Amino acid sequence: MNGQYLSGLAEFLWGIPMAVLHADASGWWIMLIGALVSSACSLIGCFLVLRRLSMLGDAISHAVLPGIVIAFLWSGSRDILPMLLGAGALGLLTAFMTDVLNRQGKLQTDAAIGVTFTWLFAIGVILLSKFASNVDIDLDCVLYGEILYAPFDTVLWGESDLGPRAVWVLAGVTLANAIFVVLGWKQLKVCAFDPGLAQSIGINVALWHYLLMGFTSISTVASFESVGAILVVAMLTVPANTAYLLTERLSHMIFIAIGVGIASSVGGYGLATVLDGSIAGAMATVSGLFFVMAALFSPRHGVVAGFIRRRRELTLEDAQS
Amino acid sequence: MPLIESLWAMLGGATEGLPPWIEFFTFSSINVIHVVLGCSLLGASAGAIGCFSFLRKRSLIGDALAHAALPGVCVAFMLTGTKNPLYFLLGAGASCWLGAVSVDAIVRYTRCKEDSALGMVLSVFFGVGILLLTYIQKTGDAAQSGLDHYLFGKAASLVESDVKLIAVVSLGVLGALVLAYKELKVISFDPDFAGAIGLPRRLVELMLATMIVLSVAIGLQAVGVVLMAALLVTPAAAARYWTDRLNIMLMLAAGIGAFSGFFGAYVSYLSPKMPTGPWIVVAVTSLFLASLMFAPRRGVLSRLMRHYRFRKKTARENVLRTLYLFGERADNWEQGYLLNEILHHRLMSTLELRRALYRLERNGLIVETPDHRFALTAAGVHAAARITRLHRLWELYLTRKLEIAPDHVHDDAEEIEHIITPELEKRLIADLGGPQWDPHEKHIPPVGGVA
Repeated sequence: MNGQYLSGLAEFLWGIPMAVLHADASGWWIMLIGALVSSACSLIGCFLVLRRLSMLGDAISHAVLPGIVIAFLWSGSRDILPMLLGAGALGLLTAFMTDVLNRQGKLQTDAAIGVTFTWLFAIGVILLSKFASNVDIDLDCVLYGEILYAPFDTVLWGESDLGPRAVWVLAGVTLANAIFVVLGWKQLKVCAFDPGLAQSIGINVALWHYLLMGFTSISTVASFESVGAILVVAMLTVPANTAYLLTERLSHMIFIAIGVGIASSVGGYGLATVLDGSIAGAMATVSGLFFVMAALFSPRHGVVAGFIRRRRELTLEDAQS
Repeated sequence: MPLIESLWAMLGGATEGLPPWIEFFTFSSINVIHVVLGCSLLGASAGAIGCFSFLRKRSLIGDALAHAALPGVCVAFMLTGTKNPLYFLLGAGASCWLGAVSVDAIVRYTRCKEDSALGMVLSVFFGVGILLLTYIQKTGDAAQSGLDHYLFGKAASLVESDVKLIAVVSLGVLGALVLAYKELKVISFDPDFAGAIGLPRRLVELMLATMIVLSVAIGLQAVGVVLMAALLVTPAAAARYWTDRLNIMLMLAAGIGAFSGFFGAYVSYLSPKMPTGPWIVVAVTSLFLASLMFAPRRGVLSRLMRHYRFRKKTARENVLRTLYLFGERADNWEQGYLLNEILHHRLMSTLELRRALYRLERNGLIVETPDHRFALTAAGVHAAARITRLHRLWELYLTRKLEIAPDHVHDDAEEIEHIITPELEKRLIADLGGPQWDPHEKHIPPVGGVA
């Protein structure tokens, strides 16, 4: 009985790398899209984690709903550009409202985020049921946005097929994020670790905050349109936190986070293929497993290492007394 | 309810039937009663319990746990194969609870911060949930359709058994909150102190988490994930503007939550196409915005008013001091001065000066002579001498005690002279030994007189 389960489990686990190795063209596109999303999100996510704004990705991905609905009503089509613009505007509005409530309204950050995005989301749902109930923008689409279909939405240039549109969009966003992080490295770093110091050495903290927010909302909007909100939220927080447990250097943290993100995309694809389930959900699941591993076994910050350290200190104390 | 109908008839309303916006209040439809009761009770219990997560700076836990319910709902369906709300509640509760424990464990055992823990629990649990959901859908079970709607909520479809469940759970949560009020209060404000006086800290925290989980689990079905998050954050945030006391804050938040639930039910009664949940959130956010603007003391308007009044007071005191300096220079306290002479000496707008002079005149500190000159009255000289005294005392204090150069102290004194209280003034005089001269060799007016 037990052996049967074990061999079943082994077969299941063996199936994951096999699924990856035997992936067809669209499978590789999906993994590439996942890798691009996780790179774009990790670049920004590390700074969000350090500034304790991890929930902002989740907030923005919900709060853009009214922007999408308004853009849809305005343009009367499901063209991607107006929707991206509408969503981007609402993303910035979320960051701005949160900041105003926090500063002018003297409301703590977490509550400011919560009040803002739930309100905007509610307005989005109301607009949707008032004006657009007979058209097909369903909430599932906004929340899950299936990565499975992303490879089939391709860019055509004349006669030739240039590959999935999502790949182009996300490669652009990843590149933009990378340039932003490289150019603003010093300022972002100081703002993340010590805003007080940043202020005193003449860095415009508010400006860099808003730039970071702007890139967060662009990344969020561009990503969830093709892969779904939940994967964006996962990729903004989980790889960055995994990396945070493994290193003390910001530059290493970013590279580790990107690595964890890419590994989660590949592993998630395999898992989803074996289970025949949602790919985005599986990618989020695998990234969660990476975090659990890091939390348990990180050499410096892991639970196991901490346990061993305490045991050793205890025996040393025993020896001394 | 015949009373409302007869009242409507007295007001001259149409005889055949009541208009919907009044008919609602007769509560004649059993469905209306269910929806109203369900939403209000939910709002009250979520609002009250949300205060504690607000105070612990974990407002978004409702959002995280509401997402974390999905895998539980899926597992409950996979195990039972039916869409019984009670099984869903159990499944959702169990996985929310696991989420809450995970958040606590991440914060306690790793160096990750609370917002990260919430974000990770939210996305990973929800990811697992979606994976399970799609797995169930692929297996093609006919009963599964609409499983995900559990997460988006549909208050208008609440039936009696749902309302009973909501009523029992939310009243239970409110009851537990009243019984354990003291313990929860200590945990929220000073967990270390709670540990020191021997409270079972972990147990109380677990109980609080369980109460939040229960509120989320019953709320999901009525209002959905995101809007449940709002019910846990926004009433507490609104209530905080009105009071510094926890018990009042709890009652206010519960009231705001209950009213919003009621309002949402009302709107979707009038316009059945309208979803209840979002209107609850719109109501609760409107109340929040009203609190943000109009609450006394902490509200934005009240703070702006204080700021404005302080600026006016500063302007008046500056005018008084300018007139004092003129009087001192001429050694004549009855002489009046023209508007331009004051403006020449003190940088302010004409309008600001006129307003200040008008108020000073009404307060009897200044008189306007027939040739439009302004002179201090006896009371005015007294008040002006006080401001000047404070200014010069502070300059002396800075130079003597902090050893700041005399040419660097004026600007600071210019600000502080409007703030120093009579008690502080006495201390300054005593500490400086009743001084006569300031660092610029100007006479410090003695208390109750002029130079």
